[in-house]
Amino acid sequence: MDPSIYLALSTIHGTIMVFYVLTAGLSGTFSNLLIPLQIGARDMASGFMNMISYWLFFISSIVIVSSFFVEAGPASAGWTVYPPLSALPQAIGGSGLGMTLWLVAITIFIASSLLGSLNYIVTVLNLRTEGMSMTRLPLTIWAFFVTAIIGVVSFPVLLAAGLLLLMDRSFGTSFFLSDIYIQGEVLSYQGGSPVLYEHLFWFLGHPEVYIVLLPALGITSEIIATNSRKPIFGYRAMIASILAIAFLSTVVWGHHMFVSGMNPFLGSVFTFTTLLIAIPSGVKAFNYITTLWKGNLQLNPAMLFSIGLVSTFVTGGLTGIILGDSTLDINVHDTYFVIAHFHLVMGISALYGLLAGVYHWFPKMFGRMMNKNLGYVHFWITAVGAYGIFFPMHFIGMAGLPRRYYKFTEFPYFDDLADTNILISVFAFITASAQLFFVYNFIHSIFYGKKAEQNPWKSNTLEWTTPVKHIHGNWPGEIPKVYRWPYDYSKMNKDETEYVIPGQDFVPQNVPLQENEEELNE
Amino acid sequence: MIALLIILVAALLGITIWQISKIFKLSQPVESDDSQIANNKDNEKQGKLFLVFIVFLYGLMIYSFWELSKFYAPGASDHAAEYDQLFFISLGLIMFVQVIIQFLIHWFSYKYRGQKGRKALFYADNDKLEFIWTIIPVITLAALIIYGLFSWSKIMNVEETDETLVIEIYAYQFDWRARYSGEDRTLGEANVRFIEGVNQLGLNESDPYAQDDIITTELHLPVDRPVLFKFRSQDVLHSAYFPFFRSQMNVVPGMITQFGFTPTTTSKEIRNSEYMVEKVRNINEIRENNDNLGPDEKEYEFEYYLLCNKICGVSHYNMQMKIVVETEEEYQKWIEEQQSFGELTAQN
Ligand code: HEM
Ligand SMILES: [Cu+2]
Ligand SMILES: [Cu+2]
Repeated sequence: MDPSIYLALSTIHGTIMVFYVLTAGLSGTFSNLLIPLQIGARDMASGFMNMISYWLFFISSIVIVSSFFVEAGPASAGWTVYPPLSALPQAIGGSGLGMTLWLVAITIFIASSLLGSLNYIVTVLNLRTEGMSMTRLPLTIWAFFVTAIIGVVSFPVLLAAGLLLLMDRSFGTSFFLSDIYIQGEVLSYQGGSPVLYEHLFWFLGHPEVYIVLLPALGITSEIIATNSRKPIFGYRAMIASILAIAFLSTVVWGHHMFVSGMNPFLGSVFTFTTLLIAIPSGVKAFNYITTLWKGNLQLNPAMLFSIGLVSTFVTGGLTGIILGDSTLDINVHDTYFVIAHFHLVMGISALYGLLAGVYHWFPKMFGRMMNKNLGYVHFWITAVGAYGIFFPMHFIGMAGLPRRYYKFTEFPYFDDLADTNILISVFAFITASAQLFFVYNFIHSIFYGKKAEQNPWKSNTLEWTTPVKHIHGNWPGEIPKVYRWPYDYSKMNKDETEYVIPGQDFVPQNVPLQENEEELNE
Repeated sequence: MIALLIILVAALLGITIWQISKIFKLSQPVESDDSQIANNKDNEKQGKLFLVFIVFLYGLMIYSFWELSKFYAPGASDHAAEYDQLFFISLGLIMFVQVIIQFLIHWFSYKYRGQKGRKALFYADNDKLEFIWTIIPVITLAALIIYGLFSWSKIMNVEETDETLVIEIYAYQFDWRARYSGEDRTLGEANVRFIEGVNQLGLNESDPYAQDDIITTELHLPVDRPVLFKFRSQDVLHSAYFPFFRSQMNVVPGMITQFGFTPTTTSKEIRNSEYMVEKVRNINEIRENNDNLGPDEKEYEFEYYLLCNKICGVSHYNMQMKIVVETEEEYQKWIEEQQSFGELTAQN
């Protein structure tokens, strides 16, 4: 492999993972599946917008994949595609046609995402069934709803950055370029600044982290409550922290730019806002743990991945306290410490959320169950592997090992890191192989899985009141009415002698208030 | 140690595969319960695995701190000690939290593993608890922020005094140059539009301040003297990362960025420090056994370096400059041997 292929692969790996796997996989798939089902709607507000959104995503995927086959290679300037590197084909081969295709693909992706998000927002606001007030919404829906709002606020800014970059590349404008001499030639650009691009990029880039995380956390909330047979602890605090995170996530982007050359005073402000965001994140983690406490945990594969998410979210989130501190970022910025941090907090956590969601809602999607034992094996190997890869990685970052290096042999100083790198590679190999269990299980179960019952996890939310077999309009008869929040698990009657519904530790949302039941959370 | 670990991992993998083949057998519908929903037995087993896992996680954390924290580079600038202190206080704090929280997550997952007939506690809210775990992080983080911001403003606001040495660091695909200001102690005007022939950094030849500027391929710094770096790029973004000096600043085309520090340990001193002697011995052992290296490449001697830390093209991975920290006399001697810009252009 030569250096340009390495840079191309790492750029495309980042782009595909962040946008195409996690953003589309979580917001795209699960929002579409769950929003109508959980709020009690027959369909999304606009089926037409949905269809366009889907096809745009499809086209965008094709464009990004086709960029692989461009002669000079696909975009290679890192998934953040900072100019001037990404603007000048003279600077790196991938910044020619490959980069144009990247911009086209991302532009289409943004259009797709915006249409999808608007549709989610409208659906949640307008199509909730009778009785489904905002404070009776499952946290999944809250998460999808707020994520869509973040997307609508921040994706257009990336679009602007992309368009300006396109103009610099193709029409000779100088938004991001100035004073450049390359390949024996002075370029005519004058007066632009790459720092401006960085601001625009990270104005999306940081919220993007939460665009992939919040849905994962929403899914986790649902799964942890259901499988703990307990209400989610602090429902209102959870909503408040989702909102706080959403707001704060739009004012912290500068923590990616502490050493970009921007005014150090700005650095101080961004340190402040960044460490603030640790607080609602912490509240969420504590609430999950309290939900586990004194539960009756049904350790289904989805539950394991959800618990795994809480674990990696905490580990990764804690190192954010180091990176968010402008002083400390000076020395670990752009090293493997950052790679370790964001993989745990965003990559692995969101991936766990995605997998948990698949295991949990597979019966809803395909009317069949996934094999639980394969799920267990999949989880434990992945859990061991993910920590095995990314925990030691912090330390090679602390040694000063830069990211995006094709090889380290030019620095004998790093020779003694080789063993650790091998260890990490072994874990990476194992983790990757474990995903084969999932792929096999997924495909096999679609056709040969055990037939699912209507409500296999004994859950309260409305999607489990629909028939196993998909029908148009979701419910055969009338849409169910909602009489309660979704977390009445193990709720006792007034005299504390029996569950509200005797012999059943859950009360679905469409069950009216029982005679001997105390009303709660209104 | 590493071999042991790999064997361990391989063994674990072996066991897993063996277990899986068993599971495959079991997953044939021999058992009565093939609902694919966790039953009592599953809860029991998976709950226990959470205990096993926390042992693994703690083990990994201990191994990492024990074996890998030695890679933490030694500091050699005035603010390195302060940086390291803040770093280790923060690291200690988050690891303290990490150990407790991970324990709770895994312990609860084990302790409250499902059992038939057991009742979960209906526990929906507690304002007091919510308040506690909001306020404790608030206080801790406030302390960290304040501490951090003091250091930040101290490090970033470099005051130029008579003593300060101002050096331009010039970056281009894929190398570095240093420009000293010469006797007049003022850097001459420069812009990439002046680049021509030997004038590789684009100095303005008609600017008198430029004549005595000195351009070098190595960066020499007198020990204990404050240095203020002015960074300038010729083409794309680069980042000047000085790991041993806990310093880093992006190099941005069209803009001059700056960063300052005072080197406190000479190259000789750090080479002879216990830490570095041991590390270099170890590295040389590794290099001795590396068959890809020619006989004259094997011997490694530590030098400070500055490296590029912002992706800048195909040879980004090899964009470095040697740094020599030496005594004031050694520095004076070296700088006098260097050719000035005026001499360079006169020659050609
Ligand atoms: C087994 C799983 C994974 C492994 C071993 C892995 C490995 C890596 C490595 C080594 C890099 C550094 C490239 C470099 O800077 O030189 C990287 C970059 C990156 N990874 Fe992953 N990764 C994995 C999964 C993921 C996932 C799930 C995500 C989703 C968020 C992700 C997102 C990224 C991003 C955004 C980058 C930055 C790319 C860039 O530097 O431009 N990765 N990954
Ligand atoms: Cu961020
Ligand atoms: Cu560079």
